[in-house]
Amino acid sequence: MSETQTTYNYKVVRQFAIMAVIWGIVGMAVGVFIAAQLVWPDLTYGIPWLSYGRLRPLHTNAVIFAFGGSALFATSYYVVQRTSHVRLFSDGLAAFTFWGWQVVILLAAVSLPLGFTSGKEYAELEWPIDILITLVWVAYAVVFFGTIAKRTISHIYVANWFYGAFIIAVALLHIVNSAEIPVSLTKSYSAYAGVQDAMVQWWYGHNAVGFFLTAGFLGMMYYFVPKQAERPVYSYRLSVVHFWALIFTYMWAGPHHLHYTALPDWTQSVGMIFSLILLAPSWGGMINGIMTLSGAWHKLRDDPILKFLVTSLSFYGMSTFEGPMMSVKTVNALSHYTDWTVGHVHSGALGWVAMVSIGSIYYLIPRMFGRKEMFSIKLITVHFWLATIGVVLYIASLWISGVMQGLMWRAVNADGTLTYSFVEAVKSSYPFWAIRFIGGLLFLGGMFVMLFNVLKTASGNKAVEAPVLAPAAHHA
Amino acid sequence: MSDFVSEFWNFYVVGIVLASVIACGVVLWSQSKVKAAPAGKVETTGHVWDETLEEYNNPLPRWWMWLFYITVVFALVYLVLYPGLGRFQGILGWSSVGQYKTEVQKADAQYGPIYDKFAKMPLNEVAANKEAMEMGKRLFLTYCMQCHGSDARGSKGFPNLTDADWQWGGEPETIQTTIAEGRMGMMPAYGGQPDVIGGEAGAKEVANYVRSLSGLSHDSALAAKGKEKFDKVCVACHGPEGKGMNALGAPNLTDKVWLYGSSEATIVETITKGRANRMPAWKEFLGDAKVHILAAYVMSLSGKAGEQQK
Repeated sequence: MSETQTTYNYKVVRQFAIMAVIWGIVGMAVGVFIAAQLVWPDLTYGIPWLSYGRLRPLHTNAVIFAFGGSALFATSYYVVQRTSHVRLFSDGLAAFTFWGWQVVILLAAVSLPLGFTSGKEYAELEWPIDILITLVWVAYAVVFFGTIAKRTISHIYVANWFYGAFIIAVALLHIVNSAEIPVSLTKSYSAYAGVQDAMVQWWYGHNAVGFFLTAGFLGMMYYFVPKQAERPVYSYRLSVVHFWALIFTYMWAGPHHLHYTALPDWTQSVGMIFSLILLAPSWGGMINGIMTLSGAWHKLRDDPILKFLVTSLSFYGMSTFEGPMMSVKTVNALSHYTDWTVGHVHSGALGWVAMVSIGSIYYLIPRMFGRKEMFSIKLITVHFWLATIGVVLYIASLWISGVMQGLMWRAVNADGTLTYSFVEAVKSSYPFWAIRFIGGLLFLGGMFVMLFNVLKTASGNKAVEAPVLAPAAHHA
Repeated sequence: MSDFVSEFWNFYVVGIVLASVIACGVVLWSQSKVKAAPAGKVETTGHVWDETLEEYNNPLPRWWMWLFYITVVFALVYLVLYPGLGRFQGILGWSSVGQYKTEVQKADAQYGPIYDKFAKMPLNEVAANKEAMEMGKRLFLTYCMQCHGSDARGSKGFPNLTDADWQWGGEPETIQTTIAEGRMGMMPAYGGQPDVIGGEAGAKEVANYVRSLSGLSHDSALAAKGKEKFDKVCVACHGPEGKGMNALGAPNLTDKVWLYGSSEATIVETITKGRANRMPAWKEFLGDAKVHILAAYVMSLSGKAGEQQK
């Protein structure tokens, strides 16, 4: 290979990968803090910017967009280069996405505790930040699709379909849902009103789950699972079917968040049936990931990175079974507005999204610093068990409290009055909120173990960039 | 049904929903014709990315394929039975409003008689009836405690129901009217009318006078000036002696009961910014029989009718 051999752009991958770990700690720490507020409501009594109502959106934004977003940027930039066999389309634009995204996160971290919010769940940031997000996202799309366009291999690898769908869909969702009328620098009102606003909100909200938290992370899965398992992907055919079915069907599922509301009956029904149809396409991804390990199951015994990846797929399968069930109206009548929903979200967010990201970042970090593997494999195993026990405590406690709340709310006396007042259900939930707090604390503890391991892996090693590889010659 | 502004949207919804469900089935069908290859004979697609990434081309797992088909068929059946295809209501004729009405009717039929037997009984007797008071307490804890508190002692802006002070009157029938029809309490805001009360400074004078009425510490010089203003303006509702007027819901200012607080600053705020308060009307929602029992229960709380119960 000649001296002028181009390299992959690892700088932006490295930056995003490290920030993913740091934002993971920040976002989850805020989550643990607000979980503590539920157990000890007077924890920050009287300090408005530490109140639950302001910190909760900070938590969701930080874990979804700061932690999850950074992990997606890092892995997608890595994967699209390596599977297109070219350097990123534009180093300058890639750097802009990194710094722009960090500015968005910092602005969120300041504006949300100060109480500036557009009041849209998972899209609380005010309009100037929305505009910055749009600019960063357009740059991201240009870098990603630009890299695909100049690839030196004819076929586009399956991971890139998912990353591509995620980038396009999130652009669409963000622009439509954030349409708003500014009245000052820090306040705007939604362009929609009434039930239409609610429907747009949940069309966005559920597709944020479907595209940001699912499609993007399936892209991650399709690269890092076969790489770490050193096995071919189980079925190309399955990936085609479940990809198209997944991205097509998710767009319809939002109305299940609005069962038994002012939303017209037909809209609720349509949301429900497509949520049920979504079960198989979701499981297609899980099957393709887990079956990729067939013939390599023994590796699970002593490879903690693979443990993270496969466990994440198990949680993905469980959450995507639970989700369609909860979208059924009769089940929803019990589960809606209870902790069950919160538990469901976290079995996806911690079990699937966080664990697949953690596994992928453990794969990436040593390669970013020219090492064969992480500083300590043992510490990855420690992290794995902390995370797994944490998730299980978290979701099991909220299943119990959620079903309990649902049953308490609907219980009636012989004369038709409510058996329990609302506050009695709150009181009965305390023990479970305490267990949830401990579960969250364990998961956060694991992230600190990860940070230590990442810093140790980086220290004393130079940041490297690997040379761009020529595609393997075609067999046929 | 007014969900659609024109017939076009009705057909649009029917078309796009059906096409989408069927499209899922067609995609699946188009890819599911390949059967499993003989054991161990699976081949990759022949493409290699990043040195080692390859793909087998295993057929779709059969159980997964059937799971997918079942959900598609379920969706189509559901759309025949329930609303979903635009204006079409489904052959079961179900609607969420209909379900609500049915459940309410059923509950009324089941629980109605329990309440009806007290409907004709005078409130004093209802208040003395142990069974009725237990039901009253349960009703109170379901519908009233959100504002008045589980101990009925209220909080800032929400009246304490256990004392003997009644803003709108404490007669049994008046309490029943308050619950059935609701009340709108309104203290006008004088902050924007400096010629009437004299702005913030004037409000402070009036506040001192008002505090003097109930024997609270006050500045007598300010209170004297305040009295002049009180006698011109406030007297209209609160009366010459500040004893209030039940018909208007104007509170008695000479007792120790303060709905919003008795500090000088709070009273100044009440005078300058006014207060708007609302007791919701429950007649439509609860029906007369339950309101009757609730009225008796509220009466019993203030100790007036509760003696016999012990």
